[in-house]
Amino acid sequence: MRRTSLTVLILSLMIVLLVSITLAITLGSVDIHPRTVWRIALNHVPFLGEWTTEDWTRAQHSIIWDIRFPRVLLAAVVGAGLSVVGVAIQSLVRNSLADPYILGVSSGASVGATLVILFGAFSMYGQYALSVGAFLGSLLSIVLIFSLSRIGGQNSTVRLLMAGIAISAILSGVTSLIIFSAPNEHGIRSVLFWLSGSLAGAKWEYLTIPSLVVLVCLAVLLAQYRSLNSMLMGEESASTLGVNTVQFRKLLLVITALLTGVIVAISGSIGFVGLMMPHIVRVIVGSDHRRVLPVSALLGAIFLIWADALARLSFAPEELPIGIITALCGGPFFIWLMLRSSYSFGGGGR
Amino acid sequence: MKLVASDITVSLTNKRIIHDIGMEVKEGEFVGLIGPNGSGKSTLLKSIYRVMKPTAGWIGLDGDDLYKLSPKESARRMSVVRQESSVEFDFSVQEIVMMGRSPHKKTFQLDSVEDKDISDKALARVDMSDYAERSFFSLSGGEKQRVLIARALAQQADFLVLDEPTNHLDVRYQLQVMDIVRQLGITVLSALHDLNIAAMYCDRLYVLKEGHLVASGSPDEMLTSDLIREVFGVETDVSVHPITGKKQIYFISTAFQAKGIRTAEVSSGP
Repeated sequence: MRRTSLTVLILSLMIVLLVSITLAITLGSVDIHPRTVWRIALNHVPFLGEWTTEDWTRAQHSIIWDIRFPRVLLAAVVGAGLSVVGVAIQSLVRNSLADPYILGVSSGASVGATLVILFGAFSMYGQYALSVGAFLGSLLSIVLIFSLSRIGGQNSTVRLLMAGIAISAILSGVTSLIIFSAPNEHGIRSVLFWLSGSLAGAKWEYLTIPSLVVLVCLAVLLAQYRSLNSMLMGEESASTLGVNTVQFRKLLLVITALLTGVIVAISGSIGFVGLMMPHIVRVIVGSDHRRVLPVSALLGAIFLIWADALARLSFAPEELPIGIITALCGGPFFIWLMLRSSYSFGGGGR
Repeated sequence: MKLVASDITVSLTNKRIIHDIGMEVKEGEFVGLIGPNGSGKSTLLKSIYRVMKPTAGWIGLDGDDLYKLSPKESARRMSVVRQESSVEFDFSVQEIVMMGRSPHKKTFQLDSVEDKDISDKALARVDMSDYAERSFFSLSGGEKQRVLIARALAQQADFLVLDEPTNHLDVRYQLQVMDIVRQLGITVLSALHDLNIAAMYCDRLYVLKEGHLVASGSPDEMLTSDLIREVFGVETDVSVHPITGKKQIYFISTAFQAKGIRTAEVSSGP
């Protein structure tokens, strides 16, 4: 599979992504033809809009353009972002078991976001307050976890996971404590809904920051793909290959915190995607980050679009928290991976 | 002079591991570093390949202050084959060798035909061309070591640092790996734990004990029964091998030493 041309793979995944977006938008309580979806979309593009004739109802327009489009696109952005942050954090800690959810980085973001929602912290940043709060929370927790796991020299998997579990537990406790002492009922309910992970709140204006952050971080990581590869050989080996490991580690810490913060701010904590996607992708294309990064982003986007569609539709009109879907897919997937003799978390058994 | 290290001291949490060591490696030389476990071989090498900064002292590479070079610049001048801890992620052999090209690349630069060519030639020099597409995991210890040497070659540095390159290898691969390194014709500094290997391949040896430099000189001068007893604490019978013309060290365990003395007594009897 390594020989599969990267361009062909990426182009086909892009087509699948476009088809998924279209289909996911047509799905729902009101049936809508795929052609209508794109005609409404084109209608909003400057200059092109004049070329399309409006043969849809106002209700259809509002369902598609105001509700389903932003939601499906947000699913794509969040899915891509979670997968990319999974790749980054796995290279940072050089361990394929790492993901922001498992290591407690998401919990840190949740603390920040909860403070913003309930107490209006960072209100000087206006509409960006939630993102800023979540970013600072995740930065704090990842720096804590990372430095704890490195005390006394080499960082081992066990130390890292122990630090992650401890920090995660502490921060979840802090979140609960904040909610417990919160002044208003309404705020509490919105925090609880948001904590369980959901894309239901999607609006066009919420899309800008996450999309930009995901794209910029993906571009920065892609530009550094050689350093990411070298880091997987071990930090000391990486430095003999010309990587400025001290600076590069800081860059990865900031990128991980930024991506996690922004994503948690918009969608709550959605688990397993950041862990699952890089694994699947490595099985398909190997470990070279030039391949892993774009393919993970695309596959993550596609996966979360369908996970969210499932969350919307399976118990309609009730909506499942999307975290349930990702956990129900992710758990069995990992057991299956484990049982495959040829694969042991990154390939140690090959 | 390729490498000059003067008065190198390395401390870790207030404990001195290396004490005032000075050493030199001349252009084209194959220099070995020997000493028992814990004598500071690896630490000294780490301070030379910039992973553990010396607490005192100066290291010069081609006359420049080593620690003032950018990481990329020093990777273009010095390549390192370490004792690789297990790599958890799966790369193909070619991908590993291509990593050696990274110090030559700018941020957005893609791999060129030239890079591919250099990495192919590096693989050919360690006789691993047929393995380019193979997974690094699937290789034996000796094959992995050859791939890592190929990665070092792809760096096109003319100074190679090796940390016990023959560790955990079968005898055949120990010789093969050392032959490959010897034939490269570049300057080599290597920590070695096998004294016979050191005798066979090195131009000069530095002998370390408990973080101190005990002696240095040619293998013929260094590898004597007295020095080995003093540094390694073992009795040996050292001779010159008739075929290689190199020193050959035979280790005599304490059990046989007792026997040896007894037979000597019997034969010298009345």
